[in-house]
Amino acid sequence: MSARVFDAVTLVPGVAAGPILKLDEPLSFWGGLDLATGTIIDRLHPQAGANMAGRVLMMPAGRGSSSGSATLAEALRLDHGPAAILMLERDAIVVVGAMVAAELYNLACPIALADGRDWEALAAAARLAIDAGANSAAVSAGR
Amino acid sequence: MRLLVRFAEAVGARSFLDIEGSHVDGVIYHGRVSLDFAERIVELGGKVRVPTTLNVGSVDLIHPELFRGTKEHKENAARLMRAHIELGCAPTFTCAPYQSAARPHFGAQIAWGESNAIAFANSVIGARTNRYGDFIDLCCAMTGRAPAYGLHLTENRFARALVEVVSIPDGWDLERAAVTVGHAVGRRCGALIPAIVGLPLSLSEDDLKALGAAAASSGAVGLFHAVGVTPEAPNLETACGGLEPELRLQLTAEDLREAARSLSGAADGAPLSAVSLGTPHFSIDQFARLMPLIGGARPLIDIFVNTSRATLDELRKRGWEDELRAARVTLVADTCVYVSALLKSGAGAVMTNSGKCAYYAPGNLGVEVAYGSLAECVASARAGKVVRL
Repeated sequence: MSARVFDAVTLVPGVAAGPILKLDEPLSFWGGLDLATGTIIDRLHPQAGANMAGRVLMMPAGRGSSSGSATLAEALRLDHGPAAILMLERDAIVVVGAMVAAELYNLACPIALADGRDWEALAAAARLAIDAGANSAAVSAGR
Repeated sequence: MRLLVRFAEAVGARSFLDIEGSHVDGVIYHGRVSLDFAERIVELGGKVRVPTTLNVGSVDLIHPELFRGTKEHKENAARLMRAHIELGCAPTFTCAPYQSAARPHFGAQIAWGESNAIAFANSVIGARTNRYGDFIDLCCAMTGRAPAYGLHLTENRFARALVEVVSIPDGWDLERAAVTVGHAVGRRCGALIPAIVGLPLSLSEDDLKALGAAAASSGAVGLFHAVGVTPEAPNLETACGGLEPELRLQLTAEDLREAARSLSGAADGAPLSAVSLGTPHFSIDQFARLMPLIGGARPLIDIFVNTSRATLDELRKRGWEDELRAARVTLVADTCVYVSALLKSGAGAVMTNSGKCAYYAPGNLGVEVAYGSLAECVASARAGKVVRL
């Protein structure tokens, strides 16, 4: 069982692993995520109805409301948030939600920036483990 | 502040710059995290260092009787609003701070939250802010500094997508054209800055407000250029800064009709429980458009109009409040129907003239939404069902 390891850039540090939820489009957490369950409720979103709790969320970019930070932080506090987030573009609103959950509650939801060329290979894995350190991040793709 | 420095690193900024003002989004109550953050800063004796306005809260402090949620939710939401006043923020409680006197000037560096306000400040005023979210807007306000990256810098403000509006459906008013162009642009451009050509040059500020709000809901649009209309786009070459667009798309009348349809989950003729106007907050000019429409038969259902305290004062001065109330208009200040528990639960969909409200209300409020023009909204209120004109 050799896991393939990909380099990534740390946006929010931490270590986490979980099954993948890959989004085909960006999601606005506010108005798009049900805090009580972790389910995607934006009905125009291709992954509407999917649950992100405990998963490694592969989301190419952010979208929509600037209230997304608080929604993500509150979802993490309630233990209905993603285990980690992997993105292709830096998004201010998403990273702040995870930073505040870390600051106030000591909850880690690491966020890393992947290389676009690795995206499909990463998505093909069953699980991802993210180790986002101060200087660099590594993403292990496992079965 | 530690959070701000970590944030700056995460977004790839190399330095900070001074800001002239801030608009804080974190005053909407999203649960305990909202209060824990604001009250910790109050305990630490924090104060904002630059003029700071506040976004809508989750309750209407002027008309608290309108709130239909739990007592705990109402109290926590009001506590959050008061905590921000203690931090030195102005109690504006509006998502459209640019409609009041405290409007930033062209080129001003600011740190704003609230996606529609960000789009308006950047696009229509030519002020400079990134899409700041909850918490970080307050960090910027308290330090008077923002990370020098993204839309603060001239080189990042040029258009990367070219959107050509080829045709607009016959008989549509400008507002509906603006909303549907915004919705389509957000969906198809994502975070790319669009230069939009072919829009009517007579678009009002309220139309541009509606366009930005829709684009910032369906996409991550923080800045758009309406060529010939907005200040950084006197012509296409200037808007693009000599760069070749990464994306080119055309919008036809049929695309705009499709955008309107996709915002309308409720069928024509479906029963309505309420009409909601003013997402973002209704301006005095929009009230002036509404007044002649409300004469005649009394509506069968309530019309909620969300607006700011400042606009409410202006309405009273003009003596319009009684006339509005007589036409079943409920004036909502400080908050907005789709972020607060104001609607009676029960039968029927909600109709709105807002692309933003139509986008978020089904998920947030669990209601079906019909999108239509202002005139259709009022006609539908009168009939108690979705009416198309």
